[in-house]
Amino acid sequence: MSQRINIKKTYKLFIGGKFPRTESGRYIKWADKKETTVVNICRGSRKDFRNAMVSARNASNEWTSRTAYNRAQILYRVGEMLEGRREQFMADLTLQGLTNKQAENEINKSIDRLIYYAGWADKFQQVFSHVNPVSLPYFNFTLPEATGVVAAIAPDDTSLLGLVSIIAPVIAGANSIVILGSETHPLCSISFAEVLHTSDIPSGVINILTGYRSELIEHFSSHMDVNAIIYCGNNSDEQKLVETNAALNVKRVIHFPIQDWSNDKHQNPYYILKYQETKTTWHPIGF
Amino acid sequence: MTKKQIWDYGSALESTDHIQLKNRYDLFINGEFVPAVDGKYFNTINPSNERKIAEVAEADKEDVEKAVASAQKAYQKTWSKMHPKERGKYIYRIARLLQERAREFSVIETIDGGKPIRESRDIDVPLAAAHFFYHAGWADKLEYAFPGRVVQPLGVVGQIIPWNFPLLMAAWKLAPALATGNTVVLKPAETTPLTAMKLAEIIQEADLPPGVVNIINGAGKTGKFLVNHDNINKIAFTGSTDVGKYIMKSIAGSEKKYTLELGGKAANIIFKDAPIDQAVEGIINAIFFNQGHVCCAGSRLYVQEGVANEVITKLKKRMESLIVGDPLDKNTDIGAINSKMQLDKIKMYVKLGKDEGGTIHQTECLIPKKGYWFAPTIFTDVSQSNRIVQEEIFGPVLAIQTFRTVDEVIAKANNSPYGLSGGVWTDKGSKIFKVTQDIRAGVIWANTFNKFDPSSPFGGYKESGVGSEGGIEGLFGYVNLV
Amino acid sequence: MIEDWDKFDIIKKIMETTSIQKTKPIDQVNIQERVARLFSRSIKKESKIQALHLALSMIDLTTLEGKDSEGKVKQLCYKASHLHYKHPELPCVAAVCVYPTMVPIAKKELEGTEINVASVATAFPSGMANINAKLDEVKSVVDAGADEVDMVISRGRFLKGDYNYVSDEISLVKNACGKVHLKVILETGELVTLDNVQMASDIAMEAGADFIKTSTGKVSPAATPPVILTMLQAIQDFQIKTGKKIGMKPAGGIGTAKEAIQYLVMIKETLGDDWLSPNLFRFGASSLANDILMQIMKQSTGQYQSKDYFSID
Repeated sequence: MSQRINIKKTYKLFIGGKFPRTESGRYIKWADKKETTVVNICRGSRKDFRNAMVSARNASNEWTSRTAYNRAQILYRVGEMLEGRREQFMADLTLQGLTNKQAENEINKSIDRLIYYAGWADKFQQVFSHVNPVSLPYFNFTLPEATGVVAAIAPDDTSLLGLVSIIAPVIAGANSIVILGSETHPLCSISFAEVLHTSDIPSGVINILTGYRSELIEHFSSHMDVNAIIYCGNNSDEQKLVETNAALNVKRVIHFPIQDWSNDKHQNPYYILKYQETKTTWHPIGF
Repeated sequence: MTKKQIWDYGSALESTDHIQLKNRYDLFINGEFVPAVDGKYFNTINPSNERKIAEVAEADKEDVEKAVASAQKAYQKTWSKMHPKERGKYIYRIARLLQERAREFSVIETIDGGKPIRESRDIDVPLAAAHFFYHAGWADKLEYAFPGRVVQPLGVVGQIIPWNFPLLMAAWKLAPALATGNTVVLKPAETTPLTAMKLAEIIQEADLPPGVVNIINGAGKTGKFLVNHDNINKIAFTGSTDVGKYIMKSIAGSEKKYTLELGGKAANIIFKDAPIDQAVEGIINAIFFNQGHVCCAGSRLYVQEGVANEVITKLKKRMESLIVGDPLDKNTDIGAINSKMQLDKIKMYVKLGKDEGGTIHQTECLIPKKGYWFAPTIFTDVSQSNRIVQEEIFGPVLAIQTFRTVDEVIAKANNSPYGLSGGVWTDKGSKIFKVTQDIRAGVIWANTFNKFDPSSPFGGYKESGVGSEGGIEGLFGYVNLV
Repeated sequence: MIEDWDKFDIIKKIMETTSIQKTKPIDQVNIQERVARLFSRSIKKESKIQALHLALSMIDLTTLEGKDSEGKVKQLCYKASHLHYKHPELPCVAAVCVYPTMVPIAKKELEGTEINVASVATAFPSGMANINAKLDEVKSVVDAGADEVDMVISRGRFLKGDYNYVSDEISLVKNACGKVHLKVILETGELVTLDNVQMASDIAMEAGADFIKTSTGKVSPAATPPVILTMLQAIQDFQIKTGKKIGMKPAGGIGTAKEAIQYLVMIKETLGDDWLSPNLFRFGASSLANDILMQIMKQSTGQYQSKDYFSID
């Protein structure tokens, strides 16, 4: 009896709800510490980023036109789908060097974080809107509104939790996102894309790329159609580059240093607010 | 049900063979269905044909004791010790299970209560699921709803709900109570216990720890035992103003908190610059939705004199296309009246309206011999002093008056001991904001009526009640702010 | 050429002194809710079959393409009077709708049937031509024997606010039609808002339209439910004001029997049974007929159908 040969997985990008290979055709070899498993990760290019941006912008209208309740339900479903794929993520995380206990912890935290933000999607508006008592006979109200398309460089030191912690509040706030997954721990980026694909989330709302940070950070931060840029890391040169490029079209800049994402203080509605604009409307009161 | 026409819709009955209904339902205490201590049962019937559907256990004093004790134990030993986010997850489960079994719940709600399947399918069940889903998310976020305060649950809450939206009212009560960390003893209305019993089954399926939710059935007597029980920390009641006042008196002197959602006699105001065709549709939704069995129904119409003729003519025409019929028929607009008692009450008021000199107009429709039915009815030539204009009828009966100026109509709208809701129809935005500012009611609909959402607070002024349900305001009633 | 300049001047003067009333308010959200409620009606069995037959008899089978030819029109006309080769008992469609040059062919092919020949005119679909050219076209179509004329309004002038011009133009075309029945196409997709649709409907009916029609079918969106409901309400108000019954024709984008039945429900509950007739309601469609036939077959056999069994023209 000959041994059964496994089918090896191809790691692709997630753009516009589909899984294309990188248009550059180039790859990054990733191997676990023991070098027993070697995979070819897509080396995402600026054109991939450009395509992802087009998808994200197109999806933006669709996503903002859904009800908050619908967005909440979809985020909850992402949690459902992630819960159902535990084993796959256990395999990815342990391969990338975590112990079983650490992997389980990271998966649990990620799922709970998705559920947490699902619960905010239809409530943060109530907490952060105001009716303002202006001194004139006008009904004056302030509402948060999604900023639009967010580009993000995910934390490098975690494969899953950092990714989820960045994506969830952005989406809960009705934005769409193009995110560059961890460079040194890329496996969960792709697996998470598979979770999203089965979650009723409209195509293009979330786009996940893999690749070299050093090659892509320039494009992520300079693209003129990006409304907000998230940079996760401690490299002051990278940070300066991001902030300088952001000036091109006055992007909102959000910076997260390397931190322990499993701390629950890193899930709160103020994170949603970072990706919201504020709109105030006046309307006369009178016959 | 309607007269013969060129093209009849025919009947489109929703099938009932997929639902699971038992012949008998016991009390849901401590996570199990148990008979009443004295073994008594009462029948619940289908108001569209007066046939018995099932028998339901009737809770007496001892059963209430058991239920409250179970809720107390669950609170102390399990629910209050649980991390709020895990409490939230249970409530999410209930929401999702309700969504999965939506059709079954709609059919049972229609059979038990008489409302059209179209309404239970499109409104009651989805909204009930949405209430659980919305409140589940608050469980671990309460510090943001009450900035600067430490939020604590109250403990054990007693909840009594009415028969007009049996499942939805159960959701309105259970969801916020659980989300804020309380445990519950719920008493559904005696004419509509079934969807609450099915909800108990879902609660079992969701693995909610035993005793967190207890559901006991019975009539006024059972309710009294619950209200007066010493170990209930709070009473939440939706029902008639009379019973609400009785409850306030009963618990006077105790430390019990309470929220009450009582009757209403809402003014629906149409200005001459309103979108008339849409306003007419709004009148239909305001008073004929759910056979008028709605506390916030727009039962008083005030139409500006210049457009009164047009509105009333169009209203009468629109009423002709309302189909009164078998609640299980998907084309039915107006279902059965919930009970004989309610039907008699409506008939009494309509006779009163005629005796007091009002002009009645009803659509012609075939009323079947069995079951409780009432045709959509409007009264003109009535004024503020008519009893049918002052008192809540809770049926498909609309009292119409005209007005000339905005001051006049605001005064008349407010001239009522009730203050639950109101409606204003006009094309002018500034008028909307001024009128809504001046009307003394808890929910005001502009260019719409009878719209509900879990995130939108609902509650009345004056004798329409105290406290809110829904949104952040609705959470206040279930917490202690320290 | 305009023959009666005097008449034109008189008409122009009348129109200038009659002011177009400001359109009454209309609420989009409520209209959409009413549409949803109407669409929740469940039409089954006998009632469905009856509706399907009724819908068939209301179709204006249409071909309006630059590549139309004699052969295409002949085939369309044959299909119009022979919807299904195995079921000669089915009703015929109400009319065929073609470009002006095809009218004589259609007339010849449909001789002996009850089916009308409708022709578009007035520089369909854009309407961007000189008024004389448009009136000439109308006249030529009438002379060729068309039973019905479908004209387009000048949308650019409407959106600019030249309501009098738009109204005048319709009156002139109506005049040129003589006894021939006139449908006025509002091209609601270009008007965008329901306020505009309502106003254009009012203008068209005041100026003499026998039917108001939503679209040319060349612009998307074409006939949408909120637009149709708005137009039906305008027709109702016109009847209340003048006693006249004006017909309605949604055109473009109606491809399924299900949609057709939903619109019949809409007419029934808004205007009443009188409008459930080809004299007052038409569907402007090309593929609708076959979908209705498939549904009729499904209802009578119980089996879902395949397109292979229904002839395309």
